[in-house]
Amino acid sequence: MEVAVCVKQIPGPDSPQEIDPSTGRLVREGQPVIDEADTYGVETALQLVERAGAGSVTVLSMAPGGETSGVRAALAMGADRAMVVSDERLAGSDALGTARVLAAACRRCGAELLVAGTESGDGYSGVVPAQVAELLGWPAVTFVRRIELDGGELRAERQGELGTEVIACPLPAVVTVTAGAVEPRYPSFAGIRSARQKPVEELDLSALGVDPAGVGEAGARQRVVAVRAVEEERGSGEVLEDDGRADERVLRALSEWKVI
Amino acid sequence: MPPSARPFDPTDLAELGADLSEEERMVQQTVRAFVRDRVLPGIDGWFERGVFPVEVAKELGKIGVLGMHLDGYGCAGLGAVSYGLACLELEAGDSGFRSFVSVQGSLAMFPIWRYGSEEQKQLWLPRMASGEVIGCFGLTEPDAGSDPGSMRTRARRDGSDWVLDGTKMWITNGGIADVAVVWAQTPEGIRGFLVPRGTPGFTTNDVHRKLSLRASVTSELVLDGCRLPEDAALPGVLGLKGPLSCLTEARFGILFGVLGAARSCFQAALEYSKSRLQFGRPIGGFQLTQAKLADMAVELEKDLLLALQLGRLKERGRLTPVQVSVGKLGNVRDALEIARASRTILGANGVTLEYPVIRHAANLESVLTYEGTAEIHQLTIGRALTGLDAFSS
Repeated sequence: MEVAVCVKQIPGPDSPQEIDPSTGRLVREGQPVIDEADTYGVETALQLVERAGAGSVTVLSMAPGGETSGVRAALAMGADRAMVVSDERLAGSDALGTARVLAAACRRCGAELLVAGTESGDGYSGVVPAQVAELLGWPAVTFVRRIELDGGELRAERQGELGTEVIACPLPAVVTVTAGAVEPRYPSFAGIRSARQKPVEELDLSALGVDPAGVGEAGARQRVVAVRAVEEERGSGEVLEDDGRADERVLRALSEWKVI
Repeated sequence: MPPSARPFDPTDLAELGADLSEEERMVQQTVRAFVRDRVLPGIDGWFERGVFPVEVAKELGKIGVLGMHLDGYGCAGLGAVSYGLACLELEAGDSGFRSFVSVQGSLAMFPIWRYGSEEQKQLWLPRMASGEVIGCFGLTEPDAGSDPGSMRTRARRDGSDWVLDGTKMWITNGGIADVAVVWAQTPEGIRGFLVPRGTPGFTTNDVHRKLSLRASVTSELVLDGCRLPEDAALPGVLGLKGPLSCLTEARFGILFGVLGAARSCFQAALEYSKSRLQFGRPIGGFQLTQAKLADMAVELEKDLLLALQLGRLKERGRLTPVQVSVGKLGNVRDALEIARASRTILGANGVTLEYPVIRHAANLESVLTYEGTAEIHQLTIGRALTGLDAFSS
């Protein structure tokens, strides 16, 4: 079972988040970390290969400046190798440009399944995995909470408004997993040490065979024209008188807010 | 704000984090995530109830934190700075967790790793690294603290066996330990013994009613005609330098660890100062509050710089006990000052468990005197400065 997993490397959640007002882009100085949303994808990929008893997990990442520290975290969790697409011309890519790169990387690594988080923790476009699926001509099953492989078929559970959908589709396929799908393991320190030795293939656009015209600032058909500070909006709350059944109303509210 | 594009981090004014290796950063992030997920949600309750959640602590073995700076026998073999950063992140959760790791890795595993026989290493270290077996370190006695050479615990020969008598006090992990490293006087000098839980004549009593390190087990070890086989003794060391070398290891973890507690207090105070309004404005806008915050941020960064330098020396095998005293004395004292200053910014909120500050402040009161009191470290540095020994009469 060859599984590829997308990993975005973003500024650490503990480092202060800032947007460069001149470009509208997130300031990306310093060592990036693995996007927490992607740790669910990595864990899912690792579990699928572990359950299959054979195969490997390849991490795919696009990093204009050749960053690898976030990718190493995925290797420390147990992924076998990584492919980092690094090229200055990638800076300023929009979602479709990113998808073109990841689709080419996925094709190159020979995976039968591509796993990704539902959306990145910094950009939140949420469309890249579906675009990758379209470019590859693979089915995309999104917002998956549970996934199983049965021969050449994938069965996935999606949580919908009215119930749980069970989706079946043939491989190869793209799936995106939600945060509740699995509990990502902590990288073990032995894993951190062995991550040093694992292969990280760095490719530029020409090595990957991607047309520079379709990526980066040059290929971007959307751009951020303004970034406004978040205005705090807080309506008045609701006070519950506990008549002995307030717990049910609290649970209902939490469920409506999709907290639980 | 500076014109630099790099985001401003109030807890790292001089960008010391930028020079950490990828491996060190990953270790730090992993332990920070563990603390966020597993320690912080429960810590105020554990502290309040005086409970150490040993099952949570054992999970640190799965990650590889226990004995992480040792090589082989299931240990991760990471560098000194990585070990220090792990201690820092653990203590940002609570000193109880950092103390657990210091004792397990530096006081219990280290002497076995350094002075034990091959059989002892094979028997204990892999299970201690995984968290399956918990260790403790028995040196201090009710009447022998700063002067461990005056210990009364004796080990005498009886045939090929050893028989131990004495009492050890203030022993972290004592009541939960599966094996105790006990130091005792023998006719040849002080030696270390591995005493498994359940050995006849060996009992422990936990210390209750303490108002510091409440999320940590502190115990008395009682050895009453405790008979051990000959191979229970650590063969590799004789004299006080054995236990003192272990303490030097543990103190190294402390001089990083306390910066985690200090950072947690500083962050709480900084956030509070920006949201707490008095006289119609955030108290962070007042000069006296800013002076406190600036002093805290400066001390925190200077202490981290010192810790990192000592870590680099340790990695090169050049760290001396006096240098460890410099770090332990200075960093613990400063951390306590930061905790107290943070407390004043939080006002009455600073004494409740709704905020981490009073918990850290109370914990640091123990850290100030354990593993060598501040005064003993002053005397160690004083002796190095003057060439005159103030310990002996």
